[in-house]
Amino acid sequence: MKVGYYPGCSLHGTSREFDESLRAVAEVLGVELAEIDDWSCCGATSAHATNHLLSVALPARNLALAESQGHAEVLAPCAACYNRLAGARHEIATDAALAARMPELIGRPFANTVAVRNVVEVLHGLLPTIRVRAGQPLAGIKVACYYGCLLVRPAEVCSFDDAEDPVTMEEVVSATGATPVAWDMRLECCGGALSVSRTRSVVRLGRAILNDARAAGADAIVVACPMCHSNLDFRQSAMVRRGEAAMPVLFLSELVGLAFGVAPDRLGLRRHFTSARSLLDRVQPPAAAREVR
Amino acid sequence: MNSMEPAHGGHGRPTLAEELRRATGRNPARCYQCGKCSAGCPMASETALRPHDVMRLVSQDRREELLAAESIWLCLTCETCVDRCPNECDPARTIDALREMASAEAPASVPRALAAFHRSFLDQVRLTGRLFELGLMAEYKLRSGALFADVTAAPGMVSRGKLGFVPHPIKGVKEVRRIFDACERANQEKP
Repeated sequence: MKVGYYPGCSLHGTSREFDESLRAVAEVLGVELAEIDDWSCCGATSAHATNHLLSVALPARNLALAESQGHAEVLAPCAACYNRLAGARHEIATDAALAARMPELIGRPFANTVAVRNVVEVLHGLLPTIRVRAGQPLAGIKVACYYGCLLVRPAEVCSFDDAEDPVTMEEVVSATGATPVAWDMRLECCGGALSVSRTRSVVRLGRAILNDARAAGADAIVVACPMCHSNLDFRQSAMVRRGEAAMPVLFLSELVGLAFGVAPDRLGLRRHFTSARSLLDRVQPPAAAREVR
Repeated sequence: MNSMEPAHGGHGRPTLAEELRRATGRNPARCYQCGKCSAGCPMASETALRPHDVMRLVSQDRREELLAAESIWLCLTCETCVDRCPNECDPARTIDALREMASAEAPASVPRALAAFHRSFLDQVRLTGRLFELGLMAEYKLRSGALFADVTAAPGMVSRGKLGFVPHPIKGVKEVRRIFDACERANQEKP
């Protein structure tokens, strides 16, 4: 299976481990990630908060590139990129006047034919393979699946799962052999858009999410968004320094990689600010797991 | 739609609700103040105006008050209100449109840190086609005056291999700049 790959700016920078772990997992799953040649930024929050047309045109350039490079679908692992790309695709598909303006605006032919997929959706489509490839290293580990906002909302754009009661991430986690826990904050926003410019709001929102996951008995939180990861992992490091217990925050691809027996370093786990040590100590060595089977 | 609804506010200008309807394709007049948007809003405890307050002020055509409000800049666009609105009013999209109007008509009322962040982010993208994170942080600090915010994070970011030091412009960077120019021009030409 081959899929167009739009890593986005975060996966080339502060969330490198999302890219590294996804590539490692794709290799095991036999998925070829064909990076869109010369992709550009989707504009993220700053474009849609200040210039709506720009917030459609920047994603459209990337969809046009994917189209011209022969892709029927594109995987955008960053939830913000996914939301902007899928949102632009939806808006152009439902607004004929906007669609007519696009080719001139972006200076490229564009027929809006490329489907946009997120990482949960793509991994969920590979559940049988994940079950076969996963050993038992994650047996007994409890995971809080954190969707946040941009993966599932708005419903008309993110139609791969239910916006108020999604199940796909929990099903992927179950396929890895870990156990998803039931908790309340899985769809609450972490404050991503204000991470830099209004940190106190982000700390308030992040703390509530971490506490709820802890109360539900989770050993780790799993995310599929660089902003969620940064807000829960990096912002948590200040709380840990003040003596609070660490709650490891993993990208979904990192958890799947651990289930496949990929070495933690290859998954980029050392790049986290909040140590995943408490979790890794409980991961069964892959060789032992194979013997047990 | 109600034909009794005034199409114009004072001074021959369209009402704010009408202007927003043209900009977003959603009709703010459909809001019946149920408050579901505010009940689910993660920022409601911090903002003077909650989403349903914003919608009410729109209906009342309280333009200057809204465009000067800090609250419209604190929306996280988490889209919870969008999904829960029984009338498809789309408060988040409405707030985005208000921000765009505020940037154009009342730039001084945009909170400095937020204006600095958005401006720095888009400058970096225009410069190289992608977000150069170190450049964003440097420009943001200069624009916001928050010189020491998060400086202690920098060494950790570097030791974890998370920060690049050199921007790598994409081949199509001029193409991206043309998109910025075209979108800015289109906005200025709006009636």
